Amino acid sequence: MTEQTIVREVRDSSKRIFGLMIAVSAIVFVLLMRLWYLQIVKVEDFRNMSESNRLRLVPVAASRGTILDRNGIVLVDNSPSYSVAVIPQEVADRDALINGLAMLLQADPGELAEKWEKGSKRSKYQPIILASGISRDQLEILEENRLSLPGLDLQMHPIREYPHGLLASHLFGHLGEMTEQEIGSARFKGYNSGDYVGKSGIERSWEKELHGVDGGRQIEVDAMGRFLRTVNESSPTTGNSLMLTIDLELQKQAEAALGKQAGAAVALDVTTGEVLAFVSNPGFDPALFAGKLSSSQWNEYLKDIRHPLENKALKGQYPPGSTFKIITALAALEEGLITENTTIHCSGSYKYGNRAFGCWNRRGHGAVNLKRALRESCDVYFYKLGEQLGVDRIAAYARKFGAGSPLGIGLDNEKSGLVPTSAWKEKRFGTKWLKGETLPVAIGQGYVLMTPIQLAAMTAAVANEGTVYRPHLVKRVISPEGRILREFAPEIVSRAGLHSESYRLVKKGLLAVVNEPGGTGGMARLYEVKVAGKTGTSQVVKLRNGRNVAGYQYRDHALFVAFAPFEKPEIAVAVVVEHGAHGGSAAAPIAGRILRTYFQGKGVIRKPVPRKTDSAAEPDDEAAGTESETPDVEEQQTND
Amino acid sequence: MIDRRLFTNFDWALLALVLLIAGIGVVNISSATASYTMVETPYALRQVYWILIGLFIMLMVCSIDYHLFGDVSYWFYGFAVFLLLVVLLIGKSSMGATRWIHLGFISFQPSELMKIVIIMVYARYFSTFPAADGLTLKGLLYPFLLLSVPAVLIMKQPDLGTAILVVLIAFSMILYVGVRLKTLLALVLAAVPTVFMGWHFYLREYQKERILNFLSPERDPLGSGYHIIQSKIAVGSGGLVGKGFLQGTQTQLRFLPEQHTDFAFSVFSEEWGFAGCLVILSLYLALVLWGLFIARRCNDTFGGLMAVGVTAMLFWHITINVGMVIGIFPVVGVPLPLFSYGGTSMITSMIGLAILLNVRMRRFMF
Repeated sequence: MTEQTIVREVRDSSKRIFGLMIAVSAIVFVLLMRLWYLQIVKVEDFRNMSESNRLRLVPVAASRGTILDRNGIVLVDNSPSYSVAVIPQEVADRDALINGLAMLLQADPGELAEKWEKGSKRSKYQPIILASGISRDQLEILEENRLSLPGLDLQMHPIREYPHGLLASHLFGHLGEMTEQEIGSARFKGYNSGDYVGKSGIERSWEKELHGVDGGRQIEVDAMGRFLRTVNESSPTTGNSLMLTIDLELQKQAEAALGKQAGAAVALDVTTGEVLAFVSNPGFDPALFAGKLSSSQWNEYLKDIRHPLENKALKGQYPPGSTFKIITALAALEEGLITENTTIHCSGSYKYGNRAFGCWNRRGHGAVNLKRALRESCDVYFYKLGEQLGVDRIAAYARKFGAGSPLGIGLDNEKSGLVPTSAWKEKRFGTKWLKGETLPVAIGQGYVLMTPIQLAAMTAAVANEGTVYRPHLVKRVISPEGRILREFAPEIVSRAGLHSESYRLVKKGLLAVVNEPGGTGGMARLYEVKVAGKTGTSQVVKLRNGRNVAGYQYRDHALFVAFAPFEKPEIAVAVVVEHGAHGGSAAAPIAGRILRTYFQGKGVIRKPVPRKTDSAAEPDDEAAGTESETPDVEEQQTND
Repeated sequence: MIDRRLFTNFDWALLALVLLIAGIGVVNISSATASYTMVETPYALRQVYWILIGLFIMLMVCSIDYHLFGDVSYWFYGFAVFLLLVVLLIGKSSMGATRWIHLGFISFQPSELMKIVIIMVYARYFSTFPAADGLTLKGLLYPFLLLSVPAVLIMKQPDLGTAILVVLIAFSMILYVGVRLKTLLALVLAAVPTVFMGWHFYLREYQKERILNFLSPERDPLGSGYHIIQSKIAVGSGGLVGKGFLQGTQTQLRFLPEQHTDFAFSVFSEEWGFAGCLVILSLYLALVLWGLFIARRCNDTFGGLMAVGVTAMLFWHITINVGMVIGIFPVVGVPLPLFSYGGTSMITSMIGLAILLNVRMRRFMF
């Protein structure tokens, strides 16, 4: 750079700095002018606005989407509910208001004060809800007394309505107010405090679709906090509706069939994995959670030994008992250990080392082949196969049919069950797998645990010869205008990839279970449609002195899995009756009723079918007889 | 190394000005947070800690000869861009906007760092390649490239407010360096379709919403529209002398959003009125003019450019924040330097001011 350019540059930048100074001062002057305008010229207007207190933001909760059955029948709906809130800023006399409300609502003043305290962290102009789900009569009384109770705010918001009462309560799940932690969390972005959100079941897993978008009103109120006018409004957007795969009639009949018994039933479409019925019994009343749940009702639920708050279909993990023999049989066929005609002699017990593992039939079955072993659920036959297979090979086949990991039904906290392997035991207990432990595993006892969903999926996969579909509950997501937003296609979890001959032989055995004399599952028989199935009785607690039923909690679980029609399977069912004692007598009839309802719906069976009374007289119906007793030698772990 | 001349040349007046503004800020924060539920450490006290930390960093930055910044500026630039990439990649895994890097004991926003780095790198570039007769399109190619990489990365986060600031700082420096009239006209003509394209293909839905809401607040009565209205009520109802300390109804009843951070000036306006605003804005104007004066008195191009850059950074923060509070700019989440609560903003401002002090006290070294 020459000296000249430097000088010129300095002079230039000097000039520019001066220009910038002018520009900056001008802009600051503009800001000051604006402040002058707001604070000096318009001061009166803004003073009035700030004093005559004024604009308030009132969230308007969106209606949740409805839940429909597969035929479009409404299962869960909305109805208006009224709640009482206070706006702390406007309250003149807090104690008087609490006492007044307590009197009018017949509530405990202490409880109201506590709720007030909890809500008072927020801005003073935001309403705190003190009581919700109040009756129309109470609402009218409050409306009349409103003038004498400044600060009182009455709100209307939609709540859940259950036209079918307790139906499928575990499936739908319940709603609850957002907790303090949930209010700020990312999962509930855009929600307002006081919003109800799904806490369990479909309501929880599909919260995003069902919730909708809350709206709000910018309202002007007078000094008493009374509504003057709506300044601005953005209306809420109703949530999307869900069309479930559930069939209302099937669900109803399945629940009715379980009656007062604790247990679960799952029905699947064999060719798609759609869940047609999803029962966990006993249910609870989800409406109680939507409004207010009294502590006495809550305690009643907690005290019930049938655990009504537990979703047994999703989270119940049961030893599959003899239903697991399906897996053992398939494994043995596939590994070439047996053929259709291989016979094993059952003397009533099986000696292994210095222990004797008993068959449920102490007198022994004599020489049994595969079909008879399945039909009569011979334990000795499967002990022998288990010994030959080893635990790890059994586990590999069990996993092929969906056992041992959650199937992804789309509800939170689905349990995985347990498929034991030698490596698992090493890791879990630090001890080697004992060969003798494989024998109970072969008959679905020991460490094996499966959920009702897994039992149904396994049965469906056997029925369709090898495809494990992901059980799913939602068929469609439908916008409030009725547009179909999403449609769910069948999804394959895995393919077992076994020879069709293996399926053929096992299915033949399962057909015999239900339809042949001596079969343990005769009570699931339908005369119009061929049903195939397998009973199971899984031990809860080992009683040393034979089967002396000490009490409800010590009785065995009853299981039954089935599919139909035999020739071209459409539906698979798994039923678990907790402490039902015998699969053949407690679970099989329930499966039979579900299947009957399904085929009535299809028009295959005519609706008013008189139950065949002669069935009880049939000789093979010693189905109620005992079966699948596990050996006395070892202590079984308790279920759940 | 520490020359005695440096000490005597230290700009005590500027430091006093900074402390005065920050002090008023602390008092204001204590009023803004008076209605909050108790936290372990009150915000006002935490702000004092941030000021002390900021002063310490300021001291450190002052002790290094600013010419050194020029030598390492490209390394800084590379490092800052790298951090922005890291944030973006980590941000991918967790939904939404991620601006922070967590180092266990401290978290910071690389985008904030970028404001300082762009000043350094531009000062370095334009002092190495001066444009005696004003910048041409060709001369602007490299500076635009240097700017667009971090600007795009920050937009991706997405952090519209910071991206706008980085661009404004850069443009201010370019204008100071000088652009040929012809080039300037060409750029303005090119900007129109660019803005159009950017609007359609680049801005996120919520960012468009914000801009549209600013243009017509009634579009969004529950979100930023509501905030603008409430803020205007707060400012306007302050009147000539304000409602008094702790007496602002809008503030104490918490009608204002983020009232201790982005809307701190709204709180101040309500409680101290036009008189208070006049004082604060005068202090800020003095600060900015003083910064420009430092730039003018500096004898080397690099130092002058740095001073202009830092001053531009302060000026745009002040203008956008105050403009937002009084409803002439959209709500973009830009804090008022030294005044709003917040560690990141405080430290960035202090580093910038330290650069000003640095340039000022080494002005006789040539």
